[in-house]
Amino acid sequence: MELRKENKVLKYFLITISFIFLGVFLILPLVYIVITALRDGISGYINAVSDEYAIKAALLTIQATAWAVIVNTIFGIAAAWLITKYSFKGKKLLSTFIDLPVTVSPIIAGLIYVLTFGRQSGLYPILDSYGIQIIFAVPGIVLATIFVTFPFISRELVPVLTAQGTDEEEAASLMGAGTFTIFRKVTFPHIKWALLYGVVLCTARAMGEFGAVSVLSGHLRGKTNTLPLYIELLYQGYDFTGAFAASSILVVLAVIVLILRLVIENKGNKELDLNK
Amino acid sequence: MTRRKSVIPGFGISMGITITILSIVVLIPLCSLVVFSAKLSLSEFIDTVTKPRVLAGYYVSISTAFIASLINVLMGLILAWILVRYDFKGKKFIDGIIELPFALPTAVAGISLTHLTTTNGWVGQIFYNLFGIQIAYTRVGITVALIFIGIPFVVRSVQPVLEKIDKQYEEAAFILGADAKTTFKKVIFPEILPAIISGFTLAFARCIGEYGSVVFIAGNTPYETEIAPLLIMSKLQEYDYSAATSIALVMLGISMVILSVNAIVQANVSRRVNGKI
Repeated sequence: MELRKENKVLKYFLITISFIFLGVFLILPLVYIVITALRDGISGYINAVSDEYAIKAALLTIQATAWAVIVNTIFGIAAAWLITKYSFKGKKLLSTFIDLPVTVSPIIAGLIYVLTFGRQSGLYPILDSYGIQIIFAVPGIVLATIFVTFPFISRELVPVLTAQGTDEEEAASLMGAGTFTIFRKVTFPHIKWALLYGVVLCTARAMGEFGAVSVLSGHLRGKTNTLPLYIELLYQGYDFTGAFAASSILVVLAVIVLILRLVIENKGNKELDLNK
Repeated sequence: MTRRKSVIPGFGISMGITITILSIVVLIPLCSLVVFSAKLSLSEFIDTVTKPRVLAGYYVSISTAFIASLINVLMGLILAWILVRYDFKGKKFIDGIIELPFALPTAVAGISLTHLTTTNGWVGQIFYNLFGIQIAYTRVGITVALIFIGIPFVVRSVQPVLEKIDKQYEEAAFILGADAKTTFKKVIFPEILPAIISGFTLAFARCIGEYGSVVFIAGNTPYETEIAPLLIMSKLQEYDYSAATSIALVMLGISMVILSVNAIVQANVSRRVNGKI
């Protein structure tokens, strides 16, 4: 029963403010990118996005993103399983360390890798003797990307696994199932939507990382430039059409991510309702 | 590490994977930061971080992040409110688009906001011609970029709490004769205050460290619009790792303070909720 009448004036006032705010801060920048990217016509746009260096940058971005998703998925599942299925000392500390990367400025993230693997580090001569170069090379970019997205997947899995409890796994284990059978048959069906959700968030952040990657990349065109770094390069060279055209690729990906997010959320919620 | 015995197998392997990856990605780099910091001399450290240009950098980062986060508290509150309490066309759209700052690469947002707000940009020229306000290449511009970055934080922390508030309390307040304003102030606001603080501190911490979207719009004039992360970046490009680390240590200290304030607030709240005060 609704006791109080909704204040219509307040309602439309607040909704109008919200639409204006989001319109100016979120929609306008998106629209602007697309319009600027297309201002030299379709052929100009196609030229800009099919530039040799643009494609190489896109490929490097895909490579770094793929690594980040793979490593963080393995880590996320292991860590979430560890945190929710067992009790042990140091669990709180472990969670703090896992969350640490997202609270650190991306530039500082880059800095700590430079200190770890750079010329002044004790590790440098060892790595160098094996011919491994990490900073100002692709491995550094991959590491930085993993770092900035580190907790994204475990953070989605932990609440789901906590809510699910340990009863089902204990029962399976007592009936003689091994670790991987338990995981595949009992745990995985519960976490699949949360996992997919985490992967989507991880992908979104990984493909757009700029600060940390910028510190660790040698800014070599065609070698260590990711798409966001390539955009910066074009922008600083006053090639605005090129910069916005390359940006538009990332805009499309961002919109896809947002749609996927909504779809997965709906699917996950529906399944939860069914379980109830 | 000791543990209570569990019948579920797989402790060893999950612990092994977790610790290995955590070590390579987080612990070893963190240790090298500690080792490197220990080698810095105190006088050198103090000398670096008290240089007027560096102090100005901290001031620019903190003040713009603070103002941007305050604006986001207000707008986040309004957005969470309309999403939970009202039905209107385009609600799903708003709910979806709020995450855009998480999904859109910061550099892309940065160049777009910059172009829009220069004195001959779509939005910038309106402000310049009508009010004489320059947005891009000033601190106003930095604040605009940080507002963009911080939009989702407050909304996403207040929204679930607002959804859970039991309507009974508001009905009780109404029956006892409270008007809408009093009900909001005395019944709803205290419930969502911890979530507001949490959203604010997360946005604030994120904005202080933000780099990608800000470098384009800031103009990067020393003392005026040069943010602290950019100072670290330029020290790194000069291979002056000691100075870069010193500036970074102070920034890490600042974010630690901000995040601990939040942790203390949240711990107090959960104690009160559990009836231990």
